[in-house]
Amino acid sequence: MAYRTVAGSQTYAFADLKDLMAKATPPRSGDMLAGIAAATAEENVAARMCLADVPLSAFLNEALVPYEDDEVTRLIIDSHDAAAFRTISHMTVGDFRDFLLSGVATSEVLAAIAPGVTPEMAAAVSKLMRNQDLIAVAKKCRVVTKFRNTIGLPGTMAVRLQPNHPTDDPAGVTASILDGLLYGCGDAVIGINPASDSVPVLSELLKLIDGIIQRFEIPTQACVLTHVTTSTEVINRGVPVDLVFQSVAGTQKANASFGIDLATLKEGREAALSLNRGTLGDNVMYFETGQGSALSANAHHGVDQQTLEARAYAVCRPFKPLLVNTVVGFIGPEYLYDGKQIIRAGLEDHFCGKLMGVPLGCDVCYTNHAEADQDDMDTLMTLLGAAGVTYIMGIPGSDDVMLNYQSTSFHDQLYLRQVLGLKRAPEFEAWLQRMGITEPNGSLRRQHGIHPLLAAAPELAA
Amino acid sequence: MSEAAKGEHPADYGIEEAVIEDSWRRLAGVTPARIALGRAGTGLPTREVLRFALAHAQARDAVHLPFDSARVAADIAALSFETLELASAAPARDAYLRRPDLGRRLSDESRARLSARAAAPVDLAIVVADGLSSTAIHAQAVPFLTAFKARIAEAGWSVGPVCVASQARVALGDEVGELLNASACVVLIGERPGLSSPDSLGLYLTFAPRAGRSDAERNCISNVRGEGLSHDHAAFKLAWLLKEALARRITGVTLKDESDLLLVGGLVPPARIG
Repeated sequence: MAYRTVAGSQTYAFADLKDLMAKATPPRSGDMLAGIAAATAEENVAARMCLADVPLSAFLNEALVPYEDDEVTRLIIDSHDAAAFRTISHMTVGDFRDFLLSGVATSEVLAAIAPGVTPEMAAAVSKLMRNQDLIAVAKKCRVVTKFRNTIGLPGTMAVRLQPNHPTDDPAGVTASILDGLLYGCGDAVIGINPASDSVPVLSELLKLIDGIIQRFEIPTQACVLTHVTTSTEVINRGVPVDLVFQSVAGTQKANASFGIDLATLKEGREAALSLNRGTLGDNVMYFETGQGSALSANAHHGVDQQTLEARAYAVCRPFKPLLVNTVVGFIGPEYLYDGKQIIRAGLEDHFCGKLMGVPLGCDVCYTNHAEADQDDMDTLMTLLGAAGVTYIMGIPGSDDVMLNYQSTSFHDQLYLRQVLGLKRAPEFEAWLQRMGITEPNGSLRRQHGIHPLLAAAPELAA
Repeated sequence: MSEAAKGEHPADYGIEEAVIEDSWRRLAGVTPARIALGRAGTGLPTREVLRFALAHAQARDAVHLPFDSARVAADIAALSFETLELASAAPARDAYLRRPDLGRRLSDESRARLSARAAAPVDLAIVVADGLSSTAIHAQAVPFLTAFKARIAEAGWSVGPVCVASQARVALGDEVGELLNASACVVLIGERPGLSSPDSLGLYLTFAPRAGRSDAERNCISNVRGEGLSHDHAAFKLAWLLKEALARRITGVTLKDESDLLLVGGLVPPARIG
């Protein structure tokens, strides 16, 4: 169905809901690359004005990616919770924004409507929201998950300790893990991106992290971020796996380019559940996403990249993940050109995920060919901290020496905790205090001599 | 110190105490990761902020430093290669970064010039492309080609003119190789600079190059630079892959690099010429 609006002295027409969404989305190099962005600033606002009057129910009747061609659309439509949707079913997209910002939309109300919010509805309303709106509403959303600790409680922010090494060297990985723990990081997960995809190497890394967690009784979980089918194979060989990882995207075709479909994810989750390794809960999945992945796989169906990103959260949702994060600046300037676009995208992704009931964290990051620097990352992480982000990355000195990009550091999370008063997952916070790593107020304790954790690296400590 | 002098020295205000060093500093020796940096409050000490800023500046410069294609072409010509300077369809760096598709095809002028050459078939087309690091090409292209020239002579391959291409991505070599009537094409390209590796060269080999080839149809040799893979070793690997590619008429995921089996005690055997 076509949409039409008058803005200024001109009438603007949009071919269909997909076209309207793409024209209404904030400026983004990826949508320009795809040739679907608004041609002028006025057309961009005209599209938003038009979108504001679209009923939310339109998204249940007009699929942006055809139902027949795409299992992600089928998942979204077939699993839509009509009862949860009832509260907002009469609203337009514009009404929905006002409602979300109002005092009526409490944390409890937002949690109750989450199963009725489709990714297209979340994306649509986000396109009408300023950055402060994205922060204010996300802050009210509560998504709590558990494996060996409790992630997502109000006033907390977790950190993934990311101890990557260019050749997966065990001593090098261990050194980064110890550094991170001594800086109070690792409650989200100790999760490594391996350089290798060989099963023996991955198994050794899993045993290494598990060994440290067991030895020091750390209330956290391990993950080696490899393909879901590889994790399943590793599990079948009897190797300890806490969380099963997979990159996911918002269309069936893009997921196929990752070598997965919904059935593969289900198998991976069942394999992880069969080990029964969680002590507090059974959220066993870890997903990563990022705007632009569908376009780069030539699988975008003419839909804007932010809407497709929200659809990726719909892929995550039924698998009850412990953690989901958007790797927001990794993809490069042809999708997110500069610091401004990366910041906006990070806030949109976090908002959409939380509104849909997904535990969203963010890899606040950039590559060296993007127009961005540490100051932009400081801005985004501070805004996300204010928005109640579930977790961020912790990488030694912000410099990932394996993946060649810059993310947030062990120091950065200390800064956020100090200026925003954010606590860690309570079980992990208590462990850090027991180990003499932190003070009761959560700040780092000054270390003298050899800390007992360093015994994990005897060849280093000698 | 006298009472009167107290308060005049920075140490009196505890400035030497402001930076808390990490007692596990020796762990830093086993990883290139930036661990045990110490802290000033919750922040990085000044020395680490500046060390990081310098590394980022070098990586940024590697992306944006204008490509001196004339100098690179002249230096390559001095190795007795015929050279040609070409440009992609991306008019400038900004467009190059936003529009990867433009960097993958020739400008109309370059295409016309290349098409006008009478192209007798050759075994190999060589493209030297700035990619995302002109710094890498300025530093690595000539020493690499010096090493690879000996391998060309050893195998007796026929080689087209070395095409020095500005604002270019890997797939530009497909069009160039096709126009030069080459059995295979190698693209030497500046890789996306990392914080600790702004000058890394990548080599991409494609059998039967023509527009539309996918990345799965290429073989890649990465991280060619002083602290990574040496020029000699990279030239040896590329020669091995090219020999296999020409014999088996493929490149890509089905051609696995097994050149390391030919190393002698971990060392690259010298080229035998004559």
